[in-house]
Amino acid sequence: MRIGVITFPGSLDDRDAARAITIAGAEPVALWHGDHDLHDVDAVVLPGGFSYGDYLRAGAIASHAPIMAEVIEAAGRGIPVLGICNGFQMLAEARLLPGAHTRNAHQQFIRRDQRLIVENATTAWTNEFAAGEEIVIPLKNADGRFVADDETITRIEGNGQVVFRYAGLNPNGSMNDIAGISNERGNVVGLMPHPEHATEPGFGPDMPDAMRSGTDGLRFFTSAMASLIARA
Amino acid sequence: MTTPIAVADTVSNAAATPEKEQPYAALGLKEDEYLKIREILGRRPTSGELAMYSVMWSEHCSYKSSKNYLRQFGTKVSPKMTKNLMVGMGENAGVVDVGEGWAVTFKIESHNHPSYIEPFQGAATGVGGIVRDIISMGARPVAVMDALRFGAIDHPDTARVVHGVVSGISFYGNCLGLPNIGGETYFDSVYQGNPLVNALAVGVLRHEDLHLANARGVGNVVVLFGARTGGDGIGGASILASDSFSAGGPTKRPAVQVGDPFAEKVLIECCLELFAKKLVEGIQDLGAAGISCATSELASNGDGGMFIELERVLLRDPNLTAEEILMSESQERMMAVVTPEKLEGFLAVTAKWDVETSVLGHVTDTGRLIINWHGEEIVNVEPRTVAIDGPVYDRPVAYPGWLDALRADTAAGLARPTTGDDLRAQFLALLGSPNLADKTWLTNQYDKYVMGNTALSFPDDGGMVRVDEESGLGFAVATDANGRYCQLDPYRGAQLALAEAFRNVAATGATPVAISDCLNFGSPENPEVMWQFGQAVEGLADGCLALEIPVTGGNVSFYNQTGDVPIHPTPVVAMLGVIKDVATRIPSGWQDEGNNIYLLGVTRHELDGSAWAGTIHDHLGGVPPLVDFDAEQRLAGLIAAGGEQSLVASAHDLADGGLGQALAEAVMRFGIGARVWLTEIMERDGVDAATALFSESTARMLVSVPREDDVRFQGLCEGRNYPVLRIGVTDNSGTLEVQDLFTVSLDQLRGTHRATLSDAFGPVIGQ
Repeated sequence: MRIGVITFPGSLDDRDAARAITIAGAEPVALWHGDHDLHDVDAVVLPGGFSYGDYLRAGAIASHAPIMAEVIEAAGRGIPVLGICNGFQMLAEARLLPGAHTRNAHQQFIRRDQRLIVENATTAWTNEFAAGEEIVIPLKNADGRFVADDETITRIEGNGQVVFRYAGLNPNGSMNDIAGISNERGNVVGLMPHPEHATEPGFGPDMPDAMRSGTDGLRFFTSAMASLIARA
Repeated sequence: MTTPIAVADTVSNAAATPEKEQPYAALGLKEDEYLKIREILGRRPTSGELAMYSVMWSEHCSYKSSKNYLRQFGTKVSPKMTKNLMVGMGENAGVVDVGEGWAVTFKIESHNHPSYIEPFQGAATGVGGIVRDIISMGARPVAVMDALRFGAIDHPDTARVVHGVVSGISFYGNCLGLPNIGGETYFDSVYQGNPLVNALAVGVLRHEDLHLANARGVGNVVVLFGARTGGDGIGGASILASDSFSAGGPTKRPAVQVGDPFAEKVLIECCLELFAKKLVEGIQDLGAAGISCATSELASNGDGGMFIELERVLLRDPNLTAEEILMSESQERMMAVVTPEKLEGFLAVTAKWDVETSVLGHVTDTGRLIINWHGEEIVNVEPRTVAIDGPVYDRPVAYPGWLDALRADTAAGLARPTTGDDLRAQFLALLGSPNLADKTWLTNQYDKYVMGNTALSFPDDGGMVRVDEESGLGFAVATDANGRYCQLDPYRGAQLALAEAFRNVAATGATPVAISDCLNFGSPENPEVMWQFGQAVEGLADGCLALEIPVTGGNVSFYNQTGDVPIHPTPVVAMLGVIKDVATRIPSGWQDEGNNIYLLGVTRHELDGSAWAGTIHDHLGGVPPLVDFDAEQRLAGLIAAGGEQSLVASAHDLADGGLGQALAEAVMRFGIGARVWLTEIMERDGVDAATALFSESTARMLVSVPREDDVRFQGLCEGRNYPVLRIGVTDNSGTLEVQDLFTVSLDQLRGTHRATLSDAFGPVIGQ
């Protein structure tokens, strides 16, 4: 099973995403923003970072990269696409996901171990979670405040497209505590927190039982693998 | 409207007009230095040459006041110190062999003056500059850290500097994708007009990937790539970093550079690909003194000659003069030496990363650095005279007239608390004092996760990063300096910084192997400052020899003074350690209840210059704690062995605030409570309760040990003949109880610890 990770100029967590895919048991495939080629991967990850320095708007320039044409086409075919942080911002800018992101309400960059509630455990990237489950995933962003117009909020809430909600504390002022969403079909998921940073014991978030032991992020990638097996 | 290209001052013009008055003083040169330049050239310098000499002979670039002292770092060495040193002082950054074919390069550098004038950009470009030093060695940068000193927390100007510096570091480091793994932050009114921003970066490389920056091979091309050259940072090294601030003087803001971390991130990946594809002979970063520095240093370190066509430099502002281009410190630029046959491949890689590139010239064997501007020769110098053979001064030195009185004014006469209530109140006052208070306000603006290899970071004693994902090989780093101790005794103060950094690294389970230092002092033209500097360097060099740990590089920052008042001497020591497998790392806090708590080391009556004396009595005087390098080495060896055998569940260094602070931090780290007693310390060491809690004696650590490992741990201490006392037990009480004296709940500990910075600078987001 091959999962592609696209590197844009200014991508930062691309190697981390590739490592997480390896730990999950799949094969990571490095993809380049300037190519018109997904190299026949089975799923795609748009990693975190500051593509193009977040100039204009976070994710705005990257959403016009050559490879995004292929990503949009593949998403239409139903292959699993995950956008993490800056990748989430790109998916919104590319209109693969509704809504938009603005500066954090408190205006600062924030990094913390964030509790999330899994709201929808049926998407391509969350089917190994249980609905209502609480997980801990590191969060780090400057422009992470999810916003949308009332109609969109009503629609995505009604459709079950809200996949993750912040628990305990809303770290950036996102509407309805929304941390992550999916498209209607459930194959495209975007979220601000970084599941790739919670996949390896010793290097993840602090958990009640041990330091840096959180690995809740691993199930994002095993979910994608399970959904691909189900599709095949 | 286009401006005609300014006619530059050519070499022939300079020879023909010897009497022309030149603005050497405004460029920061002294008269005798100017006359020396005329003597070297046998004529007056052109305006371009004057620009080059003025920045390269500045204190910041030439080390003219410190060179004679820094030689000790090269002479006070033992064979063990050089055994694993692949690159020592004098290069962009030192390189240490850490085993398994891996090497680590690291360096700490100041960006103090710009960070006061324009805190955001000053601090941001401080990070950017040190990271480029790491890249130029052929290494991938993998971590950053900062040692910060601000003015008094309640001074009206401090918030401006703090907000700017922290968001500058956060902005640049986060956007660069480098985890920030630690550092230190102090507040003291002595830094009010001279905050210190010392940025550290660490990189890793395979042995065979090591590169040195030099221009060898006649005919090889010299290429400038990265961001375009603009009008920012002109004279940053000379008129800004090499002079004191004075009231009513010019703001010097144009001498501050402006950073673009996105450009630097792309540059990192581009340089690493160039190295990996073996397309470059060497890469030199452009930092202080910009093109002047890069061309003269590359040529001096190579075959000795270089020819440059300066009009080929890509500009942000087409109106820049040749002199401004030579002096500009625009960020995110690199200079490479490339063989002609590889130029095409080189340009393909820079094009892939959308990095703008221009071929400026080539390496020659003329022994001269010649720079043309639109066909006319404007620089013709021997590069060594610019880059290496600058002036060296033996500045006057004077024992400070005030020092004996300061040292005689000890803390012995200060009232010490005796009742439980008074001890509790002072314990909490220290916990909430600005220097000991929680720094989450800063650190939660930094990404510690990126790259996925961070094994330890704030608030643990040192940061730790995995180097090899297969074997778990890793490094640890900690920075330390106590300016108050250095004010009382710069020789011992520097050694205390060294000892504490050594101990902090040891506490993580790593073995300390090398240091980089950033020596922050007042004006070298003040003989008392020069005395302090000499003492501190000697202390550091002697200490490094005693520990057999080499100095791999660093920098000196003078002129940290406003008017006649210098800062406390602040020699920041950054210690690098190596650990075979980061899985055996040791956290600083208690993770489990029911563990025994041990104090390693002896507590003496050492309250002079302590955080207790400063916070409770607003007092600074006396003699700093003793330094015992032999004990530090034995302690480090004990912890390393305990860590490898998994006998030690946590280890925390005792330093500022003493045992009381260490206990509080160990409780707060994971919320595990404890009951401790001071009686045995008081009895064995002959000290009162206040001294037991607040003394800052060195070579001490607080460790916790699972019950089942108790016998083996005690055996380890006995076998190594290290003083040890069991002083308590961890529990699930949610409190810290100091038996028979006082109890504080976890909530109150955290409340007190966290309130200080948020009261001063705004709420801590996400707490």
